[in-house]
Amino acid sequence: MALQAIAFYLLAATTVVAGLAVISAKNPVHSVLFLITAFFSAAGLFVLLGAEFLAMILVVVYVGAVAVLFLFVVMMLDVDFAALRQGSVRYLPIGAMVAGLLTVEMILVAVSVAHNGAAAGSTGPTPTGSVTNAEAIGRVLYTDYAYFFQIAGLVLLVAMIGAIVLTLKHRVGVKRQDVGRQTARTPASGMRIVTIKSGEGIDE
Amino acid sequence: MIDWGSPVGWLVITVGQILAVLVWLLLSQAFFMLADRKIWAGVMMRKGPNVVGPFGLLQSFADLIKFVLKELIIPAGADKAVFLLAPLVSFTLAFGAWAVMPLAPGWVVSNINVGVLYLFAISSLGVYGIIMGGWASNSKYPFLGSLRSAAQMVSYEVSIGFVIVTVILLTGSLSLQTIVLKQGGGFWNWNVLGGGGLKNLPAALVMIPMTVIFFISALAETNRPPFDLPEAESELVAGYQVEYSSTPYLLFMIAELANILLMCALISILFFGGWQAPFPTPFTSSWSPTAVSFFGFMWFFGKMMFFFFLFAMVKAVVPRYRYDQLMRLGWKVFLPTSLAAVIAISAWRVYGPGV
Repeated sequence: MALQAIAFYLLAATTVVAGLAVISAKNPVHSVLFLITAFFSAAGLFVLLGAEFLAMILVVVYVGAVAVLFLFVVMMLDVDFAALRQGSVRYLPIGAMVAGLLTVEMILVAVSVAHNGAAAGSTGPTPTGSVTNAEAIGRVLYTDYAYFFQIAGLVLLVAMIGAIVLTLKHRVGVKRQDVGRQTARTPASGMRIVTIKSGEGIDE
Repeated sequence: MIDWGSPVGWLVITVGQILAVLVWLLLSQAFFMLADRKIWAGVMMRKGPNVVGPFGLLQSFADLIKFVLKELIIPAGADKAVFLLAPLVSFTLAFGAWAVMPLAPGWVVSNINVGVLYLFAISSLGVYGIIMGGWASNSKYPFLGSLRSAAQMVSYEVSIGFVIVTVILLTGSLSLQTIVLKQGGGFWNWNVLGGGGLKNLPAALVMIPMTVIFFISALAETNRPPFDLPEAESELVAGYQVEYSSTPYLLFMIAELANILLMCALISILFFGGWQAPFPTPFTSSWSPTAVSFFGFMWFFGKMMFFFFLFAMVKAVVPRYRYDQLMRLGWKVFLPTSLAAVIAISAWRVYGPGV
């Protein structure tokens, strides 16, 4: 359909341009904003492919959570980016080499999976008819791949606990609010009436 | 005559639907804004806006004209492009979310089958308008406000997400239209009461607290008092909005109100049956489809107004939270509670009487 073609070229062009802008923008905050644009238009491409569940999850996880924290950190950093940029021309050949290598690898993997691997001959887990996208993924994920799914969750949990353990510091002498104690306080327990003799004061 | 089945016809119909929703939303917003101020004034025993038009009914339109005609000031040190983009992002996202809202039987711009996820995705994007605005202003107060807002919105999204999961578990669908349809037939089928008649009533023990958590999280998500720390005027002047004037400021305000209305609509759809009447409606079977739609829309709009009234009352009577209290409430109270509720509702769906 013509509308779909227009939408595809629009989204694909936005993704590519935003991707290029991520590495060419002078200001790192602009880079992150372009990255978000790239994520968002990639989600649009997923919708065009009929993978609307994946598209929404991409937006929720990457754009809504990961990129926010990313933006957060980049805004807080006080880095002299002109100095960082000086060596970039020198490292350009290495970067280009890595990029080229990765592209070749990805093409090889994609081609071999499509022609010789698990996906050979199958049209992928996108069912037609009454079963929706999200339902189909759920049925595969929580039955055939239940263990892998849980292991992936555990890996994330371990990483999260690791990050918390590494950064958690219990500073001494910090006054913390204890809501339970606060609400349990009554005039009787929080207040003491004393009669002070003149010139003597009270000792704690 | 246009062929309605062709791509051109589809485009015309869709644009028409979008315009209809937008015009309805903007018009009702003008009066919701006024209602907000009137309720606030009523609690304080003031009269509120009462000069422009009868009972001050035209106050919002006067405000609109005032904002549009004011001078637009862009700070010299601001990042001009991002500065102007921020309110546009806020505004677009706030209204984009309404695309999947089922307003009445058959009245929905786009009935996608991952509607709930779409709403969740769009509302999680809402934070960008605020962060971009705060950062691009290149000033201390807006920046602090935007950092607070980022932390706050990310925190409360987690509990909103878990509460939505409980509703999805009860309904078994990600489509908002299906969620509403399943709650038909009377208030005892609403998700707030376990969603599935009397035999599912024990689930209400979990779902009523979940409704309350959703309501409070919605207050935090929309930066509404008592969680309006991003714009706390006593600490940050006006937070991320300090440097904004004229139309960009107006866009921020409209986006905020649209988000509040979205949350009101979402509470009524997820927990209180959306456009379903609270009693069985066999008498509508002989009505024309348009009449049935208007009947449903009336219920939906009524529920929305009720929750907006609650939002306004909370603004009037609850004092502002301190920042660490806000974080404590989000992470240490709501997150564990909603997580436990997800487990409880899952168990109920597996071992309970079923739907």
